[in-house]
Amino acid sequence: MKAFNYERATSLAEAVAKVSHIKGAKFIAGGTNLVDLMKLQIETPTHLIDIADLGLDKIESSADGGLRIGALVRNSDLAANQHVRRDYAVLSRALLAGASGQLRNQATTAGNLLQRTRCPYFYDTNMPCNKREPNSGCSAIGGYSRLHAIVGVSNSCIATHPSDMAIAMRLLDATVETVRPNGSTRTIPIAELHRLPENTPQIEHTLEAGELITAVTLPKPVGGTHIYRKVRDRASYAFALISVAAIVQRDGTGRVAVGGVAHKPWRVEAAERDMPRGAKALTAGILANARTTHDNAFKVLLVERTIASVLNEAKA
Amino acid sequence: MTTFDPSRRKFIQTTAASTGAVITAKLTTDAEAKSVLQPKQVTEPAKISILLRVNGSEHQLMVDPRMTLLDALRERLQLTGSKKGCDQGQCGACTVIVDGRRIVSCLTLAVMQEGHEITTIEGLGTPTNLHPMQAAFIKHDGYQCGFCTPGQICSAVAMLDEVKAGMPSHVTRDLNRSPEMTAIEFRERMSGNICRCGAYSNIQDAIAEVVGERV
Repeated sequence: MKAFNYERATSLAEAVAKVSHIKGAKFIAGGTNLVDLMKLQIETPTHLIDIADLGLDKIESSADGGLRIGALVRNSDLAANQHVRRDYAVLSRALLAGASGQLRNQATTAGNLLQRTRCPYFYDTNMPCNKREPNSGCSAIGGYSRLHAIVGVSNSCIATHPSDMAIAMRLLDATVETVRPNGSTRTIPIAELHRLPENTPQIEHTLEAGELITAVTLPKPVGGTHIYRKVRDRASYAFALISVAAIVQRDGTGRVAVGGVAHKPWRVEAAERDMPRGAKALTAGILANARTTHDNAFKVLLVERTIASVLNEAKA
Repeated sequence: MTTFDPSRRKFIQTTAASTGAVITAKLTTDAEAKSVLQPKQVTEPAKISILLRVNGSEHQLMVDPRMTLLDALRERLQLTGSKKGCDQGQCGACTVIVDGRRIVSCLTLAVMQEGHEITTIEGLGTPTNLHPMQAAFIKHDGYQCGFCTPGQICSAVAMLDEVKAGMPSHVTRDLNRSPEMTAIEFRERMSGNICRCGAYSNIQDAIAEVVGERV
């Protein structure tokens, strides 16, 4: 690990001011992703601002009938929250499908959204990676790419976003609340938080330098049957090959988001009108313009069959 | 070492002690040379004084911010029960209990754990006064080489508390009811602890026995 200085922030204003003014500074919360990447020197912050003491760990009802989730709410607490279990079950299910019991006790809501890809070439510092080292090349294109993205890819990067939780958040139309270095606040729809790789895969989200997520809000519940189906190489504790998050209403309409296929949680609202027509039509819309490799072409059919299974389960 | 010592622990301790002395000397020199903080090019960060509460005792330590909780426990407090397996949060051998919750101590920094109550395998029981989970692991032969065992036991103890608190898991059928104390629940919930020897079925038996005693 590269050397860094560490301090605990005592206020939001102090935290964002310091991270934006000290070159190479970063926030740290749960640390499960950042500490891991620091050991590999993929992340090399010069200064860590620990935001653990800022009171961002509450879950509260919002005025519009939704839920406001503090940025530091642990994944395990969010999954176990009674409101989430009852009204946003797909979010509980997605969280519980991710990581291990130990990691869910450490990892936070905002940290989960901002976790970095698990592309093995991003982790292997001996290999070129445009995300880790801009303009060095992409080893996954033409390399071992079974785990990689099939939609929204570019010639620079075919990495996926690894989060399960983020897929459910996207499905639920979550909004991210932030505070910027100048102290002002803003809200970002989750659809606009994560970026596609394009020519700058090292830029993964639309937050400014030093901007801090303070909460994630969910709109009021939409009812329906909530399902999160994760397909992976092990029955537990593995990243998704693909995953399907769905809310299906009694009349057969609903919404779908797909994980493990893109650089961001993947949802195509325009395709959802085809849900009553079944998995084939729905998948054709969701994965239109898919660009697969020899290794990951199977994901297209896997998504279709998983959606078919999810729609069947919703009917049952 | 001139004489062969078959004790692995003694060998490791001796080696670690000499390595530790070299590192300590280096840190002191660099710290003197670089007493002013230079955030842009930190070569040796300011050491930080922290109060760690471990197994009911308080320890005042000066630590490099880079030191993980696991390294602090093992190398500074000589609590070598917690093991370093992968050091990447994938194996669970370093599992400890912080404020009643199991975490992997390799993916948190010691400086982040000030003010928290840390329990390691050494705090769960002693050779003469075993924790029920420790006794059950022995009775059911829930290990072979033993390397993952402290993590397995800490994880299992905290895992049962999670079930009792009603926290759901991936295999819980109905999210709106309390999870059940079943083998399928335990298997899913223990997936963060890898056993290279494959003692899983005996670990399951040990956990089931403890549940039988408690329920």
